[in-house]
Amino acid sequence: MAKIDVSVETNDQPSPPPSHPNTCPSCHSHYRDDELEKSLWVCEQCGHHFPMRARARIESLTDSGSFTEEATELHSEDPLGFFDLRPYTERLAEAEMKTGLADAMVIGRASLEGRQCELAVMDFAFMGGSMGSVVGEKFSRACDSAAEAGMPLVSVTSSGGARMQEGILALMQLPKTVAAVEDLHDSGQALLCVMAHPTTGGVLASFATLGDVVLAEPNALMSFAGPRVVQEITREKLPEDFGRAEQNLRYGQIDAIVPRSELRPTLSRLLRLFNAPD
Amino acid sequence: MPPTEHELRLRERLGRLRNLPLLGGARISGELDRLQRQIARIGEEATDEEIWRKVELARHDDRPYTLDYVERLLDDWFELHGDRALGDDGAMIAGLGKLGDRTVVLVGQQKGRDIHERASRRFGMPNPEGYRKAWHAMELADRHGFPVISLVDTPGAYPGVVAEQHGQGAAIARSQAIMARLKVPTVACVIGEGGSGGAIAIALADRVLMQENAIYSVISPEGCAAILWRDAGQAKKAAAAFRPDAVHCLELGVVDEIVAEPVGGAHIDPDMAARLLGQALSESLAELEGIPGDDLRRRRRARFRSLGVFA
Repeated sequence: MAKIDVSVETNDQPSPPPSHPNTCPSCHSHYRDDELEKSLWVCEQCGHHFPMRARARIESLTDSGSFTEEATELHSEDPLGFFDLRPYTERLAEAEMKTGLADAMVIGRASLEGRQCELAVMDFAFMGGSMGSVVGEKFSRACDSAAEAGMPLVSVTSSGGARMQEGILALMQLPKTVAAVEDLHDSGQALLCVMAHPTTGGVLASFATLGDVVLAEPNALMSFAGPRVVQEITREKLPEDFGRAEQNLRYGQIDAIVPRSELRPTLSRLLRLFNAPD
Repeated sequence: MPPTEHELRLRERLGRLRNLPLLGGARISGELDRLQRQIARIGEEATDEEIWRKVELARHDDRPYTLDYVERLLDDWFELHGDRALGDDGAMIAGLGKLGDRTVVLVGQQKGRDIHERASRRFGMPNPEGYRKAWHAMELADRHGFPVISLVDTPGAYPGVVAEQHGQGAAIARSQAIMARLKVPTVACVIGEGGSGGAIAIALADRVLMQENAIYSVISPEGCAAILWRDAGQAKKAAAAFRPDAVHCLELGVVDEIVAEPVGGAHIDPDMAARLLGQALSESLAELEGIPGDDLRRRRRARFRSLGVFA
């Protein structure tokens, strides 16, 4: 019964033709790259939040030139010799080429409107922001770095969940990051979590929901199981805003929904409230 | 699994061919290639079958569940039903009992035997209420210095609309966070299916054991096959690719010890399976006894923080 029945997946309606990444999926407005960059990848017509790359996110949040990246040397290995349609190593190489990142998370130190903090920012473009050993280790180091320097850790998540290609070791990144958060908390420092679309599966079920303050971007999907899995297994009718930030706020699962344009001042205020150093 | 007679014959032939001084001949080298392919295929199939056999045993309808072990291992069992918030989740069991002369808190997922019980226990897939029940019991253990035993047996956390509304992801995260804070000895054992986040929620323990025929994985073989091959029928192939068996988990350092089962699987002789499990749990608890709470907690966190492979 618990088996996931995927017969429907193959009998599914053909997926709609891929639209241009710069076309708003909600109101179909189309933008040039520079227009999107200027609007922080938010549709000026309807407010839809496009996915935002890790480097752009860091640039949008931090004081110019203040970001010092850490743990850049970490790269994924292939502990299982995992091979599905293609070898895992090939997928990794392709993701690295495509994104210019070593893995799905960037960590480092920065100042945000003059306040110091540690940052851990995920990038969905790198294998769906999936969490494997490198993401777990980077987040874990970000916790230690924040604890040692006596400053809060700000995480921005965007992830499909654990990275299947690393098997059980991917699952072990959940307790690993949770243990790191507990060490951070014991040091007296705060974790501020921002969930961008989508934050699902193993990342939601570990550090992303353990923040002292938990924020989400408008309409971000934040569900442990994806909508399709829920529908397939339970045959339940899904509410319109199933798993979205708005539903999570209504049910008391998060503290606030913050539009992207407000994120920097909001985090700045929280850093002041948690007495982040100048 | 021992090699079949056919495989042995092939290997012998391959060995003889390899030793021939004249391997340059097209016919012979063709033969060598063919044999090598055949042996590779047989080797692979045997492994796949063996792993799939574990998956089947872990899910066997007659496999002992959490309450079957409670009944056989604990005296004075008192079940704690309340999560103190919203409901009594049948998919998660919590309670107090005596293991030998120690009072312990036991938590664990519970599957059902018949169709009604299966439905009411949601096939061992807890809702957030279930995880809250477990962490409520674990906090009780921490207050009174009782060790915590957790028995893991779940296909995964329940993927329902209401579960999501009540914060399934956050409940799993919080449950792990609470285990990472406990100052009492904790031992977890995967006794059937260790399905992803639903399993790890109660498995952040000082010692993690796994029964011989249990499985522990990041995703079900069917789920993995559905995503990677878009075909759940490839579950066997998926299982072979990520190897959810106990030996593999031990090799990776994910579990500390494999608990033996009666020949043929725990369902063949539940009483003996319980004796073997009880012995392993008692030994682990004895090892942990006397270690100061702060040290336990520090080592537990360090253990999990060391897991992962990267360059």
